[in-house]
Amino acid sequence: MSRIETLDARTVELLARFRTGAVPALARAISVVEGQRPGFQALLHEVMASGPQARRIGFTGPPGAGKSSLVAAAATTYRVRDEHVGVVAVDPTSPYSGGALLGDRIRMNDVATDPGIFIRSMATRGSLGGLATTTKEVVDLMDGFGFARILIETVGVGQTELEITAAADTVVVVLVPESGDAIQAMKAGLMEIADVFVVNKADRPGSARLVKELRQALHLRAGSALKDIPAHHGVDLGRALKRERTTDSAAQEVEDWPVPVLTTNALTNEGVDDLVDAVERHRSWLVESGQLEERRRDRAEGRVRDVVNRELQRITWSSDEVRRLLGEGVLGIAGGEETPYSVARRITDALLR
Amino acid sequence: MSEERKIRILVAKPGLDGHDRGAKVIASAFRDAGLEVIYTGLHQTPEMIVSAAVQEDVDVVAMSVLSGAHMTLFPRVKKLLDEAGADHVLLTGGGIIPEDDVAALEAQGVGRLFGPGTPTSAAIEYVKEWFSAQNTA
Ligand SMILES: Nc1nc2c(ncn2[C@@H]2O[C@H](COP(=O)(O)OP(=O)(O)OP(=O)(O)O)[C@@H](O)[C@H]2O)c(=O)[nH]1
Ligand SMILES: [Mg+2]
Repeated sequence: MSRIETLDARTVELLARFRTGAVPALARAISVVEGQRPGFQALLHEVMASGPQARRIGFTGPPGAGKSSLVAAAATTYRVRDEHVGVVAVDPTSPYSGGALLGDRIRMNDVATDPGIFIRSMATRGSLGGLATTTKEVVDLMDGFGFARILIETVGVGQTELEITAAADTVVVVLVPESGDAIQAMKAGLMEIADVFVVNKADRPGSARLVKELRQALHLRAGSALKDIPAHHGVDLGRALKRERTTDSAAQEVEDWPVPVLTTNALTNEGVDDLVDAVERHRSWLVESGQLEERRRDRAEGRVRDVVNRELQRITWSSDEVRRLLGEGVLGIAGGEETPYSVARRITDALLR
Repeated sequence: MSEERKIRILVAKPGLDGHDRGAKVIASAFRDAGLEVIYTGLHQTPEMIVSAAVQEDVDVVAMSVLSGAHMTLFPRVKKLLDEAGADHVLLTGGGIIPEDDVAALEAQGVGRLFGPGTPTSAAIEYVKEWFSAQNTA
């Protein structure tokens, strides 16, 4: 594969150590990518040349639901099966100070010194999607380093942080009885992103009720509510919906994935084996249905868009001419001779010239 | 193109003593000063501390040692950091540490150590100054 830019000496050295499997080199490569330091794109280009290999599993859900505890429990299970596990855990950056308190490792101490596990904490640094701006790239680095499994923990989500779908093959949504009823999960868009639902803290009252509600809500969503309604004006709603969700014609044969609702107790590991099995079954379904390829294509497209957007931003705001036009334009706006639109137009015209 | 480098710091609480109020106070203070703080909870062994420091690629490890075991813990963590190729990491911390011990530890390559009652701002200033000296050199 062609190079995208000549690698500087430092990147060459880092890459060489990375390829010998040196853990500090992976850790440093992550910092380079996370800080978007010089050479980070060339580094990613080299590391990603062999394509995605790892199985990427996302854990999302409200604050305190037990995401970190479950990640640790799942990691332990994968280690028993002798797989190497990478973990990326995201916590929020404080909008006030720009600092962050990254505390997900507290729940992962049991696996902290296992050389087959690598855990990295990331601060969101202003990104709003539930992941940090470069979390997906960090996962690529771990993949390139050779971890077979990569577990991604999002920040505790509220209602709009759904970027995990673009980072993971399988999304596990973790809820607890205290986090509210199934309606709240529906409002938050969690029905659409969950490949597996987990009701954690099954030792607490209310978990059976939540499981039942979630199953009902999923049943509604699967289109069963429309199945018995006869086609109207020549449109079969059930089929139209289904077509919308599967574009690959070869995939039409395969049934939709029945989203399981499981219960776990992350403190005693109860239900964790079932969770790991469900993730495995989802993986097989992804492969058989053609969805894995489709998701990877979507992911690749999204990544190209991200990189182009980032480059365009960088080029735009580092241009002296743009800065001059902006400075003058702002004065013009204040003087009533310009609007933000006329100034923006002048800037884009200048860039495209 | 790269934004200003964030300082990453591991706040570690080794040993068997049962509370971490002090460590949490210092962790929050560093966060409020704009640092990215990795906090790993109670009862950390030197091996756990160093493995976290390496994986997280931190600039600084700050240990809170109140158990009196500072003369074993600081040298042990320093040695493991060096062995792991992380000798560029600043090892600092606090606790009830007699002056002679402070001098002995500094001679072994440990950074400044803060006694009880030192305002957190002193530690923050120390870490920030150390960091900018590293990155302008
Ligand atoms: N009773 C009970 N407590 C649990 C269970 N799982 C986790 N906890 C506790 O719930 C609290 C939060 O767990 P975490 O794993 O940190 O939750 P999280 O979703 O990662 O939290 P954030 O990352 O802060 O959003 C901790 O005190 C855990 O010990 C469980 O199954 N049962
Ligand atoms: Mg967590």
